[in-house]
Amino acid sequence: MRDFTNLEILFALLWATRWTLLLSAIAFTCGGLVGFLLLLMRISPFQPVKYISWFYSEIIQGTPLLIQFLLAFFGLSILGIEISPWSSAVIALTTFTSAFLGDIWRGSVEAIPKGQWEAAKALSLPYFQQLGLVILPQALRLAIAPTVGFLAQVIKGTSLASAIGFVELARSATNITNVTFEPFFVYLVTAIIYFGLCFPISVLSRKLEKTLAH
Amino acid sequence: MAYRFQFQVIWDNWPLLAEGVWLTIQLSALATLMGLAVGILGALCRTSGNRLLRAIATAYVEAIRNTPFLVQLLFIFFGISSLGPRLGSEQAALLALTVNFGAYAVEIIRAGIQAIDKSQIEAGLSLGFKPLQVFRHIVLKPAIASIYPALTSQMVLLMLLSSIVSQISAEELTFVGNFLRSRTFRDFEIYFAIALIYIGLALSFKLLAHLLHKRLFRFTQYL
Repeated sequence: MRDFTNLEILFALLWATRWTLLLSAIAFTCGGLVGFLLLLMRISPFQPVKYISWFYSEIIQGTPLLIQFLLAFFGLSILGIEISPWSSAVIALTTFTSAFLGDIWRGSVEAIPKGQWEAAKALSLPYFQQLGLVILPQALRLAIAPTVGFLAQVIKGTSLASAIGFVELARSATNITNVTFEPFFVYLVTAIIYFGLCFPISVLSRKLEKTLAH
Repeated sequence: MAYRFQFQVIWDNWPLLAEGVWLTIQLSALATLMGLAVGILGALCRTSGNRLLRAIATAYVEAIRNTPFLVQLLFIFFGISSLGPRLGSEQAALLALTVNFGAYAVEIIRAGIQAIDKSQIEAGLSLGFKPLQVFRHIVLKPAIASIYPALTSQMVLLMLLSSIVSQISAEELTFVGNFLRSRTFRDFEIYFAIALIYIGLALSFKLLAHLLHKRLFRFTQYL
């Protein structure tokens, strides 16, 4: 067995980061789409639909993300299909992301004064035009900063995919540690890479909050 | 072939699950208490006039909030243990949870402290309160009262986060689930039941927090 130089460890970790980024991007996109559907359900005037969306968000936000990963990987096998770590990671992260984004966006829509709805109605716009032309453009302004901030949560969340055997950054850090016996260095570099991904996003989110909030 | 659900495995193993729940509660409660202490100390540093203290507190908060808890946990359990004192899995879990919750608590408490009007502090001092008394009665207590909702939802998040310590074999609820799964292969039933238990824990905590709010912060009606 040969020794690994620190530079090799660094490159191996950076190379594994591509899976973290890809998983985050897919989960954020799919989660955003489902989250938008949840938002529409949540603000709909039709009560049962509203409660289904509320119930979904409460259930997802009340369970640990790790359990969602384990359920998506081990639990879904009861359907009789062999499910890969890759697709279960996408499923788990999508449900997680959609529940939180749906809630964030609902908050933004509810922050729009009722008078805006009434004004749109008074112009005899149909429901979806009230929403699409009057409410959502204003809510978007409020929603951007927390949505960007949540992206950092998704990136951090992908680390739990390692628990179901998906080799992304955190998992390959463990794999490399098992070979090199240098947990301090390897996990420190891993943490710095995650920091490098998430910190700029957090800073951007705070900046956006200041500029867009008014 | 249709799948037959067998929740029997949950009833058969309830003492094991109860032990897991108990450790989850213990870890969350201890980490919350110690994390609050860290949070108050950190918030003091963040709002102090000393630039060095402010920089240290800011670095701590940003480092923790922008890295995954799993990596923090592995770093503490394997990384720090490899250098010096060997930590047990439960000690490492408690330390990691405390450090994590502390960072979020710093930010929340700081927001509460900064919302306190300066004139309140001046009024307190002119009434002859000592600085520590001013901090305790005039700054901290109303600050905590105003950020109570944010703080308690962060505590729920901490409880959910504690599931991750199963990855270093701290034998809390999720670990018990993994253990039962490997022995009984009733994957879905077990994780489904565990998800329900977590929801139950989260809801009971929210209820408790709601009841406590009325008792602890009765004075806020005079503010």
